[in-house]
Amino acid sequence: MAVVALDGVVKEFTVARRAGRFRRERSVVRAVDEVSLSIEAGEMVGYIGPNGAGKSTTVKLCTGVLVPTAGRVAVVGADPTRSRTDVVRRIGVVFGQRTQLWWDLPLRDSFDLLRHVYGVHADRHRTNVDAFVDLLDLAGFLDTPVRQLSLGQRMRGELAAALLHDPEILFLDEPTIGLDVVSKEAVRSFLVALNRERGMTVLLTTHDLVDVERLCTRLLIIDHGRLLEDTTVAGIKQRYGGERVLVVDLEEPHPPLEVPGAHVVRTDGPRQWLRFSPDRTAADVLARVAAQAPVRDISVEETPIEDIVRRIYEEGPR
Amino acid sequence: MADPDRTGSHGWRGELGVYRRLVGARIRSDWQYRASFVLLLVSQVLVAGLDLAVIAVLFGRVDALAGWTALEVALLYGLGGVAFAVADVFASQAELAGRHIKAGTFDRFLLRPLSPLLQLSAGEFALRRAGRVVQPGVVLAVALAGTDIDWTPDRVAMVPVALASGTVVFGTVWVLTSSVAFWTVETQEFGNAFTYGGNHLTQYPIDVLGPWLRRLVTFVVPLAFVAYFPAAYLLDKPDPLGAPSEAALLTPAVSLALALAARAVWSNAVRHYRSTGS
Repeated sequence: MAVVALDGVVKEFTVARRAGRFRRERSVVRAVDEVSLSIEAGEMVGYIGPNGAGKSTTVKLCTGVLVPTAGRVAVVGADPTRSRTDVVRRIGVVFGQRTQLWWDLPLRDSFDLLRHVYGVHADRHRTNVDAFVDLLDLAGFLDTPVRQLSLGQRMRGELAAALLHDPEILFLDEPTIGLDVVSKEAVRSFLVALNRERGMTVLLTTHDLVDVERLCTRLLIIDHGRLLEDTTVAGIKQRYGGERVLVVDLEEPHPPLEVPGAHVVRTDGPRQWLRFSPDRTAADVLARVAAQAPVRDISVEETPIEDIVRRIYEEGPR
Repeated sequence: MADPDRTGSHGWRGELGVYRRLVGARIRSDWQYRASFVLLLVSQVLVAGLDLAVIAVLFGRVDALAGWTALEVALLYGLGGVAFAVADVFASQAELAGRHIKAGTFDRFLLRPLSPLLQLSAGEFALRRAGRVVQPGVVLAVALAGTDIDWTPDRVAMVPVALASGTVVFGTVWVLTSSVAFWTVETQEFGNAFTYGGNHLTQYPIDVLGPWLRRLVTFVVPLAFVAYFPAAYLLDKPDPLGAPSEAALLTPAVSLALALAARAVWSNAVRHYRSTGS
């Protein structure tokens, strides 16, 4: 059974804009535009899109914070619009930019308070706290007030806090935003373990495509409220990633090279990046480059997923 | 259909327990800033003492107001004041709903299996407000001891009933006026006109207000039920404008009706927030 099922979900907001001194113009914005999707138990799904694409709004619709303008939302088999408290009891939510913890109290106190908020049995709670303290390496700062934690420590605390009541799905809204490389990696390995060992279903929104490549089996791309792609990471690379990039280091700086079937996407001093289509070989492109200017070194790059995604935002899906 | 925003599966006993813990967490949080916590408490006690002195001077000078002796007016003041102060402790936090909506932190309340109002009341609990109960409490005690009340059982019962109902009435006014924030976001001033303004009204016999305003306070914002009718009942005073003294017996019913209305409006406001997201 699907853990999350959205069926033709629309969310419209009315925004007022000042037009003249007193007059306000109202217009309706579709933040989410007829989105249908379903997530099965055990899946780890990346939900990506530029700022304002509708990612956070979708998460708010799934978690019962917002009510859809049209369409149906079902999470853990219930309607978060009608039975908000039933649904929130069975889901975990982390908003990367907002804390769920008690700011001035030790991290341990937040865990204890959440036990009462969710009505978790004391034994179960102790087992869970011990497990997550271990997995997320929280022992060193359990008694530190949350406001004194580093962002990375706090995010690990947030993850534990969202999981203590044994949710069936975890919603993460930009869980790695602002984290340093080490903290990002700690969060990622924890999520991988959580999914692999406990079968936790995860939906995460992110701007960091390394998150997606590292964590997600499936990728949802949204822009202007519309779901553009619902595919696997491998599938999207295959479909859009046919183009590769030849990086050439020339003997000396040269104006952008003119090569049929390839075009320069970037230059940096004597180095130039040429994107070429799948029907050309790297050797062919290199031969044509070498005919124009002496080459010192070369390398071939697969199209990074970031470029693919940027092109989907800019040009739309194929 | 049961409204999910009102009842968690904790049951009301469980919710009360969670409320107690959340209030405890808030007090411990404030205690992290010890100096300011202590200073606020001390200043509250000083203000309460000063208020008492002012009241003593005031009642010492006035003999009678619209046929009420100074002590009888003190009874009126005490009943309204205690109810207001207790409501201030538990319900005035509702007026911070607008700020949470603006800051985007209201969502957090919706992500937890508890009523948002309960979380707001507990999360913004301010222990120092409890100090404001002292002054009207002392006035009430003095007035109850000093006025000539024929203590029949129904009059004895009237005191806690009036205080409880009054607290509910003030609390609902706070919740009702704060609900407007879900539509307009900026309403604290609007609400204060009713809450703090209402508190001042109850401290005077409503005869001085004139018939139009009097009808308004009796029926539109039934603040008269908070102090005036109960006090008149305790003192066995006939209402100069002809309301039967049994009007005081309606006090719990009026507060219950208001509470139901406030609950409906608040739920509606939260529903509005969830559908507009602003």
